[in-house]
Amino acid sequence: MARTAVPGRLSAGLTWRVCRLVEGRAETPTARTLVLDVPGWPGHLPGQHVDVRLTAEDGYTAQRSYSIANAVDGDRVELTVQRIPDGEVSEYLVDVYSVGDPIEIRGPVGGWFVWRPTDTDPVLLLAGGSGIVPLMAMVRSRRAAGNRAPFRLIYSVRTPDDVYYAEELRQRQRDDRGLDVSYVYTRAVPPGWSAPPRRIDTPTLNTAGWPPDFMPNCYVCGPTGFVETVSNILVGLGHDPRRVRTERFGPSG
Amino acid sequence: MAQTTAPIAATPLAFTDGNELAGPLGEVFAMDVTSAVGRCASCHRSCAVAQMRVYHNAPGLVARCPSCQAVVLRLVRGPGRAWLDLRGTLSLQVPLPAEDRIVRR
Repeated sequence: MARTAVPGRLSAGLTWRVCRLVEGRAETPTARTLVLDVPGWPGHLPGQHVDVRLTAEDGYTAQRSYSIANAVDGDRVELTVQRIPDGEVSEYLVDVYSVGDPIEIRGPVGGWFVWRPTDTDPVLLLAGGSGIVPLMAMVRSRRAAGNRAPFRLIYSVRTPDDVYYAEELRQRQRDDRGLDVSYVYTRAVPPGWSAPPRRIDTPTLNTAGWPPDFMPNCYVCGPTGFVETVSNILVGLGHDPRRVRTERFGPSG
Repeated sequence: MAQTTAPIAATPLAFTDGNELAGPLGEVFAMDVTSAVGRCASCHRSCAVAQMRVYHNAPGLVARCPSCQAVVLRLVRGPGRAWLDLRGTLSLQVPLPAEDRIVRR
């Protein structure tokens, strides 16, 4: 059977497939990366997501969407799941789901909130909490493709313990040429941090972002409140709204 | 991620966006429509499906115009069928690849 050459096109992303967990990695005390083996995976673009479906013995199904975290890598698909208190799906995926166990996955889906590794325009990534996941796929894909587009990532978290991919981001800050990473801490700052905790604001985007004259493509991802605030700041600073792409994560767990 | 203790329906920001319609609408359209541009029947402004406000506190998925909040799309999925209400959408402009594939028989 011919695989589609273009990720997400036609039926490749529309059928449910069974896949199994190969490895689980703790990112924080409450977030876990799932490394899934998905036979026949057609590839994906960074920014795309999958729908995951769990079926209980009595036939009850629950479905959630998760952003793909990794760059294209054969049949491997990585998702980073945040445990939400009383979240029936997230609690299962973070605490219970074990290596070798099956789940159903549909994807890749989503053609709007994507970055193509052939693009050369500057990119500004704004991550709120778990919104880092699809943006990390973009950072990883950029490196994997040898792409030199200037990337700036601004990552807002509550505390330093909430940072996903912390060690990898430190390494990429050193080694990925043309990538800058800054952090905004909203509740507790790291030892030695000169500023008090604060929410992302206009001065931060002015300093750590790209000037609108550079015509960057902006990707904003996180809880709805974060996305609304940041989008408004970007447009207020003069960024072209057509170059601001957003993905809002919901409170469902 | 923020976890509210209030009922979701009462929370003003309890919406996500049309990015998550990619899978459910993909079943109906057999392609990704999140990049399709919809024109609101109420205010006539346009936005990408991905930019619609998607609410979950109703049976199925409800998408609202980000400009005027009118309902532009409803999708209910049941066993063996999907029911799509587009009365709130005047038109959908769907990007398609420029070239046709030639199918050999």
